[in-house]
Amino acid sequence: MDKQEARRSLTEIMAKFTGYVGKRLPQDVLDKLAQLREGEDSPLARVVYDSMFENQEAADKLDRPCCQDTGVIEYFVTAGADFPLLGELRGILGEAVRQATKDAPLRHNAVETFVEKNTGDNTGTRVPWIEWDIVPGDSVTIEVYMAGGGCSLPGAAKVLMPSAGYEGVVQFVFDVITSYGVNACPPLLVGVGVSTSVETAAMLSKKAILRPIGTRNPNPQAAEMEQLLEKGLNDVGLGPQGLSGKSSVLGVHIENSARHPSTIGVGVSVGCWAHRRGTIRIAPDLSYEILSHKEAVL
Amino acid sequence: MKKILNTPISSEDIASLRVGDVVFLNGHIVTCRDVGHRRLIELGRELPVDLKGLAIFHAGPIVVKDGDGWKMISIGPTTSMRMERFEDEFIERTGVKLIVGKGGMGPKTAEACKKHKALHAVFPGGCAVLAATEVEEIERVEWEDLGMPEALWVCRVKEFGPLIISIDTEGNNLFEENKARYNESKGPIIEEINRQVRFIK
Repeated sequence: MDKQEARRSLTEIMAKFTGYVGKRLPQDVLDKLAQLREGEDSPLARVVYDSMFENQEAADKLDRPCCQDTGVIEYFVTAGADFPLLGELRGILGEAVRQATKDAPLRHNAVETFVEKNTGDNTGTRVPWIEWDIVPGDSVTIEVYMAGGGCSLPGAAKVLMPSAGYEGVVQFVFDVITSYGVNACPPLLVGVGVSTSVETAAMLSKKAILRPIGTRNPNPQAAEMEQLLEKGLNDVGLGPQGLSGKSSVLGVHIENSARHPSTIGVGVSVGCWAHRRGTIRIAPDLSYEILSHKEAVL
Repeated sequence: MKKILNTPISSEDIASLRVGDVVFLNGHIVTCRDVGHRRLIELGRELPVDLKGLAIFHAGPIVVKDGDGWKMISIGPTTSMRMERFEDEFIERTGVKLIVGKGGMGPKTAEACKKHKALHAVFPGGCAVLAATEVEEIERVEWEDLGMPEALWVCRVKEFGPLIISIDTEGNNLFEENKARYNESKGPIIEEINRQVRFIK
């Protein structure tokens, strides 16, 4: 395969995968939703869960984006330094978004800032947003994430003094979720970043919601805090759509880094129940494996 | 039995509905969100659709061209609270009777619903294909210059719902009541967690 052909082929794969992620939720999310649905017995909670499952069936049958808000598309790339198309990847992902917007179709969401015009193809300055992690190897793993406006609005980060301790982190998470979470389409996946400054904490909180639901932070104390926050937020009882119920969250995931001794940065990112996240691993010969949706055929 | 509202909606049609009731809508609903509200209230521009007795939907859809017209692909509600700044005046100026979105709205909107006899209702968020299948036809589009999400899409709908009443004509506000409860309950929960996360020693 010459380079141009390879470029075309990878664009095609990523366009199709991006469209697919907008239409079908990953299995771990569906399983968790089914489990939470079982636990709810109020009539309003039932009405909402019934609608959610009816919606997923309709999206599947009609091959349409399950939520109209396809977000501003983000790619989290873990790239092997020897992946043959590494230098071309930014252009390829931009083109894939343009193509998916037409083919899926996706809502036109990218509004060019200051110009304040919708670009009409979901690309624009620095969009699709791409986060890079360069690792040894020759394959590339790409996470696609579509965050709607509703679940992006509660996002917040701040820097606490060490005297606030991890207790300050807990307070911050609860304040964000109980004040703004009801509008973000609960049950929510809550990502918490514990780090040094606003940008590192915020980015880690976003990475936290890309983890499969129910996985735990490898640090036992962080894992314990995930469980405590999860139980605590469920006890608040937001219920589906914030209409109240037995649970509030799909899960709480924490990602952390070492911190400056004088600061504790905390970030919160929220994923909605329609958590459109997908993971694909691409080998140097462009054969691929879809890790998030086992049944997927592109 | 499904409780069904038909547009044009009169004040009497909705007087007995209360927060938590579930209804469905037949007739016309028009998408209208951030910029539509700003144009009417801040810029004083006339809306190109007469909303008297009709419903608005805080939503930005995915539509595709279908011959001379448009086809609705996906249309779920967006966060209603974004429109809180404008909604009381919007209700007063337009005579709209039903506002559909997601999440709650604030005291200004609740007051306007009470004064002008209107409702805010929630369509379950994210259920955008379900909603699209309840749109019979997109009759026309106005302010298309705003782009797909912000334009006013005039939709004829059949049994559109479920719509969960979140503000009624008495000014009761389901989400505000819930939020107060959530905020109250969190204190002891946080205290309990904090006892266990004193990792700095």
